[in-house]
Amino acid sequence: MRRGRFTGYWLMLPAVVWLGLFFVIPFLSLLATSLYDPEGSVLTGYDVTYRFANFTDALGEFWQPLWRSLWYAGVATAICLVLGYLLAYAIAFKSGRWRTLLLVLVIAPFFTSFLVRTLSWKLILADDGFIVDALQTVHLMGEDGRLLATPVAVIAGLVYNFLPFMVLPLYASLEKIDGRLIEAAGDLYASPTRGFLKVTLPLSMPGVVAGTLLTFIPAAGDYINARLLGSPNQRMVGNVIQDLFTSTGDYAAAGALSVILMVIIVAMVMVYIRKAGTEELL
Amino acid sequence: MLRGGSGLLLGAGGLAALPLFGTPDRKQDPSQCTTRDLSESDKRLIVSNWPGYLDEDDGEYTSTLTDFQKAMGIEVSYTADVNDNLEFFAKVVNQLGSCQSSKRDLFMLTDWMAARMIQVGWIQPLDKAKVPNLHANLIDSLAGVGWDPDRTYSAPWQSGLTGIAYNKSKVKEVRSFSELLSRPDLKGRVSLLTEMRDTMGLIMLAEGADPAKFTDRDWDTALERLRKARGDGQIRAFTGNEYIQDLAAGNVVACEAWSGDVAAAEDENLVFVTPEEGQMIWADNMLVPNLATHKGNAEKWINYYYEPEVAAKLAAYVWYICPVKGAQEAMEKVDPSLVDNPLIFPTAESLATTHSFMALEEFQIRAYEGEFADVIGG
Repeated sequence: MRRGRFTGYWLMLPAVVWLGLFFVIPFLSLLATSLYDPEGSVLTGYDVTYRFANFTDALGEFWQPLWRSLWYAGVATAICLVLGYLLAYAIAFKSGRWRTLLLVLVIAPFFTSFLVRTLSWKLILADDGFIVDALQTVHLMGEDGRLLATPVAVIAGLVYNFLPFMVLPLYASLEKIDGRLIEAAGDLYASPTRGFLKVTLPLSMPGVVAGTLLTFIPAAGDYINARLLGSPNQRMVGNVIQDLFTSTGDYAAAGALSVILMVIIVAMVMVYIRKAGTEELL
Repeated sequence: MLRGGSGLLLGAGGLAALPLFGTPDRKQDPSQCTTRDLSESDKRLIVSNWPGYLDEDDGEYTSTLTDFQKAMGIEVSYTADVNDNLEFFAKVVNQLGSCQSSKRDLFMLTDWMAARMIQVGWIQPLDKAKVPNLHANLIDSLAGVGWDPDRTYSAPWQSGLTGIAYNKSKVKEVRSFSELLSRPDLKGRVSLLTEMRDTMGLIMLAEGADPAKFTDRDWDTALERLRKARGDGQIRAFTGNEYIQDLAAGNVVACEAWSGDVAAAEDENLVFVTPEEGQMIWADNMLVPNLATHKGNAEKWINYYYEPEVAAKLAAYVWYICPVKGAQEAMEKVDPSLVDNPLIFPTAESLATTHSFMALEEFQIRAYEGEFADVIGG
């Protein structure tokens, strides 16, 4: 059968339509918002005046929450990576017949809503809750010490909420590793540590990269954890954007800040992928 | 493949298409943006209100809502999804601002927001003949507001006070708003409200300024005070209605509070106090938005809640200032202990300690709300 010149393009059509509807149009709308004339208002309407100064204004005013978001997301991702790697490793290599059950348990938190789970952390970490009480009893924490409304609570919330996104790709990579390669490393007199570093870890890199991205990207834009578990001093950029859109009605600044966040994340991801060099991923 | 020229073309095309995404003027004309009232054939009513603002069935007790449904044969879908005036505004701006239905027949918003929505033409006038109780029984202090002098568009649902609440099992008595902002033993365990007029009003009172008539200088001083309290870590959160859970749980030990919430929480450790510096007064108003398809039923609701007996029963539950004349007498039968309750039926003396926030022009709203949001957010 002869293929027409345009067959390839026709086959691309579903993907193009999908991207157009769900990425290009919303993105253009967001970009337009970031270039609004800040003199407008929600009631009188906004015009697109290509005011690029919105970006510098937003950066100047909100660099703190922006920086804080990247910092919190980075710390949370690092913790997730350590915890997630241990868990994924155990499930992939050591769980035997419990494997399916353990995997189900990893995704079990998704059976309830994100919001409800975060709210329940608010109860667990409450000032009069058992954790704070216990820490105070053993004097690990002062009498007026607390967990809620501190960076610890916000980062813990991020770790908790995004851990499954780290575990699943890690598991997928680890599970694919041929056990005979590790045995071979042992046969060649590699210590278990050396075997892990030379065989298992490099082979699990695609999982590490995918897991880090899937954790860091949503964590940096998250606002629920900071809102429910933090105080105004832990506000992340997501909170600022949400307030600018809903409370203040300053669409121009909100749009500009959203675009800045997006650009920063895309740039970080590009650099990261270049460095980590996982052709398999892309 | 997209290379050089075509990529550039696409980029330029995208940039040129951006003006299509501007937002229009949101002003409407309620006489142009109309629909047929289905109230007669479709016996339903969709209401959005603040949490804790309506009594609930409980064992033997039937709520005013259940009574209303039975008496009128109207099925009410009632949702407590108003938590913050601005947030609610953001929720409906796209619909009401472009003459589309907000899918609600009635909602309750605070004076300033009610005024704003009426000004931009999102609210339908009420048919005077269908709400006789409103005009006969509305208390005098709420009758003549500047933004709706004849109560053509709005009917107060409840009125209330903004003051302080604290948990007496956790902290010593709190008497003034200044203590909330600076007392060391409250540090990090204080919450304030996101309602700019309530919070800034009380701070201005603490600074000796008059929230009903303040200058930019008064505003700046008060804002600086708030910024400092926030920066010091004195303030744990800025909240909508949800502050009461944190107060009961002990995460917050003292906070800025709305009068009725504290009583309705039914926790004997929680106390509402009038700050020494004075308190803020406000009302939440029932509004029927454009394109509401059950306007007639909404008017029946308004008229029903302006019957003194119904109002008394509701007031005994929500503990806010009752806007209905005759409810105090009717309260004898509902709960005699509440007849002289100053939170529900304030006396002239307690009203003398109340202040309201001055009416703002649109440009002032923008500037003040923006600066306030920067401080509570930034």
